[in-house]
Amino acid sequence: MSGHSNYEPKNGFEKWLDERLPIIRLGYDSLVDFPTPKNLNYWYTFGGILAVCLGIQIVTGIILAMHYVAHVDMAFASVEHIMRDVNYGWLVRYMHSNGASMFFLAVYVHMFRGLYYGSYKAPREVLWLLGCVIYMLMIITAFMGYVLPWGQMSFHGAVVITNLIGAIPVIGPAITTWLWGGFAVDDPTLNRFFSLHYLMPFMIAGVVGLHIWALHVPGNNNPTGVNVKSKEDTVPFHPYYTVKDGFAISVFLLMYAAFVFFNPNALGDAVNYVPANPLVTPAHIVPEWYLLPFYAILRAVPDKLMGVIFMGGAIAMLFLLPWLDTSKVRSMRYRPTAKLYFFIFVIVTLILGYCGGQLPDNKIIPGLTTFQVAASDLNSVVWLSRLATAYYFAYFLVILPVLGLTESPLPQPESISEPVLSHSANAPIGAAASPEKRG
Amino acid sequence: MLRKGFALAALGLAFIGGPTLAATSQEEPKAVHWSFEGPLGKFDQAQLQRGYKVYREVCSACHSMNLMSFRNLGQKGGPFYDPEFKNPNDNPFVKSIAKDYQINDIDSETGDVIKRPGTSADGFPNPYPNEPAARASNGGALPPDMSDLAKAREGGAAYIYSILTGYEEAPKGMTVPTGKYYNPYMPGDVSGFWSLDPNKVPIGGFIAMPPPLAPDKVTFDDGTKSTVEQQAKDVSAFLTWVSDPKTEERKSFGLAVMIYLLIFSGLLYASYRRIWANVSH
Repeated sequence: MSGHSNYEPKNGFEKWLDERLPIIRLGYDSLVDFPTPKNLNYWYTFGGILAVCLGIQIVTGIILAMHYVAHVDMAFASVEHIMRDVNYGWLVRYMHSNGASMFFLAVYVHMFRGLYYGSYKAPREVLWLLGCVIYMLMIITAFMGYVLPWGQMSFHGAVVITNLIGAIPVIGPAITTWLWGGFAVDDPTLNRFFSLHYLMPFMIAGVVGLHIWALHVPGNNNPTGVNVKSKEDTVPFHPYYTVKDGFAISVFLLMYAAFVFFNPNALGDAVNYVPANPLVTPAHIVPEWYLLPFYAILRAVPDKLMGVIFMGGAIAMLFLLPWLDTSKVRSMRYRPTAKLYFFIFVIVTLILGYCGGQLPDNKIIPGLTTFQVAASDLNSVVWLSRLATAYYFAYFLVILPVLGLTESPLPQPESISEPVLSHSANAPIGAAASPEKRG
Repeated sequence: MLRKGFALAALGLAFIGGPTLAATSQEEPKAVHWSFEGPLGKFDQAQLQRGYKVYREVCSACHSMNLMSFRNLGQKGGPFYDPEFKNPNDNPFVKSIAKDYQINDIDSETGDVIKRPGTSADGFPNPYPNEPAARASNGGALPPDMSDLAKAREGGAAYIYSILTGYEEAPKGMTVPTGKYYNPYMPGDVSGFWSLDPNKVPIGGFIAMPPPLAPDKVTFDDGTKSTVEQQAKDVSAFLTWVSDPKTEERKSFGLAVMIYLLIFSGLLYASYRRIWANVSH
C-alpha cells in the first residue's frame, strides 16, 4: 500500500489487469512481500487472530440472522429453535456467542501489547486511534448482540445501559426515548438493535481496512521499538509471518473450540436462559466479563452522571494516550520504571474486572468490618473499585506524562539486528557462522 | 461450579470469577456423579427413559416444556432413540407417547375447537391454558417452563437434584409462610421470617412447590428401585438432556475438531521452525 512495489505480473492476464486495476499488486505488496521486522514475538500474532475472529463472527452472524426472529414474543424461542432444530445450529450459535468472548480476549491482549511496546507513538498515532475506534464499535456491537436472545439479562442489561444515557442533563431523557423507540425497552428497541447489530460489523470491517492501511504506511512496530534500519532487519510477510500467525491462530482456535464444544455456556450467565420478563428483575444484573472493568468504574463513582463520565473517560484515555505519554522511548523493555507501572496497570484492570462482577457492598476480606468512608465500609468492593479507578486514570494522566520526563531509560540497541548479533549463542547454528547470509 | 472455575482459569480470567447473588443465600448444590459429565460423557439412555417417566407422571402436572416436541424424544441421543427409525416421527414408541396426549386444535371442516390425540410432530401441551391460570392453581407462583431449566440455573442438574431432595423441616424460630416450603438449596432470603439471632439466619429460601417426589411414586419399567434420590437423579438427567438435546452431537463433533486442530497446529509449528531456521531473531 505504500512505497516501492516489487510485484511483477507473471502472465498476460495479470499484466492486463495490473494496468487497469492493480489489485493483485495490492495483495502482493501488503500480504506477501510486505517487509516485516524479523523480531516480532507471539504477542504480535493477535492482529491476525483478531481478523479471524471478525471473519468468524460475520459468517456465523449472517447464518444466525437467517433463522433469528427479532420480535419480543419470538426472539428467545427462535434462538432455541436454532440450537435445537436447525442443522448444526448449535455450532453456529455457540461459535457466535463464545466468539464474542474470544474476540474481546484477543483485542485486550492486542491492546496491552500496544501499550507495552509503545505502538501508539509517532508515527503510528492514527493507527492507534483507528484501533480505539474499532474497540468502541466492538463494545457497542457486543452490547446490542447480547440483547438479541431476549433473555432476562439481555432485557435488564439493555434497561440499565440505555438508562445511563438518561443521566445526561436536559437532553438525556429525550435521547433515551428516541433510542428506545418508545417509553421502555420493547419491541422497537429489539428491532433497531438487531438492525444495528447487523450493520456495525461491516463498519468494523471498514475501519479494520483503514487500520491495516495505517499499519502498512509506517510498517510494524517491534519489541525493541527501534525503527527498521535496513533490509537486514526485516523478512517478507509471506511465508515468515503467515506461518507464524497461522500457528498462533490454530492454537487460539484450540482454546476457542474447547469452549464451544465442551463448555459453551461457561462464559455466559445462566439467567439469560430465562425468557425476558420486564416484571421480574434478576437478583444481580451484570454485563458479560469483557465489560466488567467499565461497570466497576461506573459503580465506583457515587453520582450517576459522574459515573457515566468516568466510564466514558476510561475509553477517552486510550484516544489521548499518544499525546499523554511523553517518553521518546517506545518499548518498555528499555523503560524499567514504566514497565513496573505497566504491570501494576494490568493487575488493576483485572481487579476492576473482579469488582465489576461483585456487589458493591461485598467484603474483600470476609468478616472484617472496618470504618465507614463516604457511606461505604473501607473493606468493600466499592472502595477497591475506587482505588483501582484512581490508579487507572493516574496511569494515563500522571504516571505516563511525568515518567517520560523524569525516568532514565536503558540504552536501546542501534538496530533490530544488533541485540541478535550480540547474543550469538542464542542464534541457530549456521546463522551465527554466516551472518552475511541473513535476511 | 468446578468446571466453570477451570474454564475461567484456562482463559486467565480467574480474577473475574462468578458473580455472587444479592442478599440471597443458598446451600451449594450436592455433589452428584453424572454420566454426561466431562468432554466425553454421554447420557445413559435407560436413565433418560426413567427421567421422562418421572416428568410425565409428576412434573408435567404443573410444568410446561414448550420448546420440546414428542419427536425430540426419538431423535439421536434422546430417551427413545432407535437406530431403526432414523426419522423420529416414525418411531412407534414416540407415536404411542404422543397419542396419549390430547392436543387442542381447530376442526378444519367446522372451525370448532376440538381435542385430538397427539402426533409425534406436536409440541408438549401446556398443563395450563395461560399464565394467570397457572398462577391461580399454584398459590400465585408460576411453575417455570422446564425446557431450559438445567441451563437456566447455576449448577444445572446438581441444582435440580438438590432442590428435589433438599426439602427440610423448617428450623425452630422460622415462620414459613402459608403455601411455601423451606429448602436450603433454593436461593432466597429468610431473614424476615426468622425470630432468633439475626447473625445466624439459616441459608436458603422458600419454594412454592411442595416436595414433589415420594418413594415408589413412579414405578420404573426396568425394575430400578424407586427411591426419592433415584427419581430426582433420573429426572435431573432428563431435564439436562432436554435443555440441550444436541449435547452428544456437540461433544463428539468437538473431539474430532480438537484432534484436527492439534495435528494442524503441530504441522504449522514444524513448518514455522523450518521456514525460520535460517533467520536469527
